Amino acid sequence: MPGQKFGPAWFPGLIAVGLAVCGALLIVSGARQRAPWIAAPEWIHSPRARAGVAALLAGLVFYVLAADALGFHITGVLLLAAWIRLLGASWRVTLPVAIISTLVIHFSFYKLLRVPLPWGVLEGWAF
Amino acid sequence: MGVLTASVLAQAFALVFDPYVLWVILASAIFGLFVGAVPGLTATMATALLVPVTFFMPPVPAIASIVTATAMAIFAGDIPSCLLRMPGTPASAAYTDEAYAMTKKGQGEVALGSGLWFSVLGGLFGTAVLIAAAPSLAEIALKFSSFEYFWLVVLGLASAVFLAIGNPLKGVVSLLFGLLVASEGLDNPAGYPRFTFGNAELAGGLTLIPIMIGMFAVSEILRSVSRIEQPWEMAQAKIGNVLHGMWGLTKRYPVQLLRGSVVGTAIGALPGAGADIAAWMSYAISKRFSKEREKFGTGHVEGIIEAGASNNSALAGAWIPALVFGIPGDSITAIVIGVLYIKGLNPGPTIFMNNAPAIYAIFLVFILANLLMLPLGIAAIKAAKQMLRAPREVLLPVILLFCIVGSFAINNSIFGVLLMLAFGIVGYVMEENGFPIAPAILGMVLGAMLEENFISSMIKADGRLLAFFERPIAGSLGVLTIAVFSVPLIRRTMAVPWRRSEP
Repeated sequence: MPGQKFGPAWFPGLIAVGLAVCGALLIVSGARQRAPWIAAPEWIHSPRARAGVAALLAGLVFYVLAADALGFHITGVLLLAAWIRLLGASWRVTLPVAIISTLVIHFSFYKLLRVPLPWGVLEGWAF
Repeated sequence: MGVLTASVLAQAFALVFDPYVLWVILASAIFGLFVGAVPGLTATMATALLVPVTFFMPPVPAIASIVTATAMAIFAGDIPSCLLRMPGTPASAAYTDEAYAMTKKGQGEVALGSGLWFSVLGGLFGTAVLIAAAPSLAEIALKFSSFEYFWLVVLGLASAVFLAIGNPLKGVVSLLFGLLVASEGLDNPAGYPRFTFGNAELAGGLTLIPIMIGMFAVSEILRSVSRIEQPWEMAQAKIGNVLHGMWGLTKRYPVQLLRGSVVGTAIGALPGAGADIAAWMSYAISKRFSKEREKFGTGHVEGIIEAGASNNSALAGAWIPALVFGIPGDSITAIVIGVLYIKGLNPGPTIFMNNAPAIYAIFLVFILANLLMLPLGIAAIKAAKQMLRAPREVLLPVILLFCIVGSFAINNSIFGVLLMLAFGIVGYVMEENGFPIAPAILGMVLGAMLEENFISSMIKADGRLLAFFERPIAGSLGVLTIAVFSVPLIRRTMAVPWRRSEP
């Protein structure tokens, strides 16, 4: 804003200057140690870990996109089943855990704490 | 003010010894013990996960659940240190190898017992300091104006950077990132929308709880999943009466106990550094001054006593600046401050006048939680093998779904889940690359306070920077801040020739 020395842009501006300086210093020290620009973590070589991390992130994105339309209950069971199975549990463990955990969250958060979890396509069967 | 009248104490007792509150305390204690005992689940994570639940509770049980769960979790972190050679929480990492070495020598019972016994004593010491120091500090803080608060915030941010483990430059980057996140939204002295991109969700500023669930829980789950191939191999330990011989150890190492508790409380009270850094420092101090230094690392109980007392005393110490100034002492109180505001217990010196019964109730919960740790801790040690057998491939997804619902519940908006995901990735990448998380969190919590106090001071002083040094306390704090900043710089310039000679 004009006429104001310490306007709303001043504080973020100061942070930006600080970040630029620190960034430059880190680049210099990294270059001195001849550090690589980018390095893959060790777990990238383990298929199980790789699949797990990818599934976790993809699942979270899926929840953000689908929860309102599908509803919490369907999305929750689907995600838990996919995650638990991918991390290596058998279907006999996966399915009961996925369904029971979702129901526990339903009763504790929706019923007890009154969090309006979306019902989505199950709107007609809301309980 | 600060005077504890009988009626305040009676009200505080009534607030705590209520069946509902006692149930909450018991349930959070069991939750905390489990979270602490399972590697990859931390005390800060327990706090972040508790917040959505505490949302729906009255103030005293809400705070009591956090106090109890964190105290239990920090102790329980010692259990897998002894049995798996994995710290249950970062606060136990300093002496994990030592504790495991004791188990291998057949002294697992002593290692677990001293973890418990000295956690209780350290926790009680920290609580005593909190009860004694906070009200009297508040009396001084009543006279503070925006100048003093400005310096306090700067001092707090500085200590977060300098106390962080690792490269201080990365600490500064982390801090600046936190401040940048805090500057987002309409809530700034000018009331001008910053970084909102015309989005209504962004205009209100970023909600901290989903961010913290992301940075402390989601990032930790990502890390655990990336390590899912590492097996947990449990060492055999015969566990009978874990408290056997503890009185003897207390009489043998009173100095270590006291020193650990004092250092822990002090580190806890310093903003940005919590139980984990306290334990590292105390373990190092213990080794430095020990008469049997050569025994360290081979399964010697001395360092476990000192660092074990230290990390639990740090928990209570962190509440001193959090309650009196609204400046968090560690990551846990950084989350707690948000809860205090939501519950109408706005931190600041006046809290001891306006909400005295609630504050003394919190103090009582601290005492109760540390006493309760003894019987519940013994039970947890007995049940350790069962707890550590909990299958990770089931546990981690269920916790993640809980995180989703918790982030959603704060504003009942899917945007919270998105925030949680984004900051979960940011937190994971930061930690993997050596950027400490604590300074970022402190920056987020204190960013608004820093800017507000600076701007209002500048308006009062008509733009004269010298005014920041004109009031006696502000001036001293200012000089202290500058000293804190220059000491490492001077040491570094002096140390350069020395360091070059090292390989």
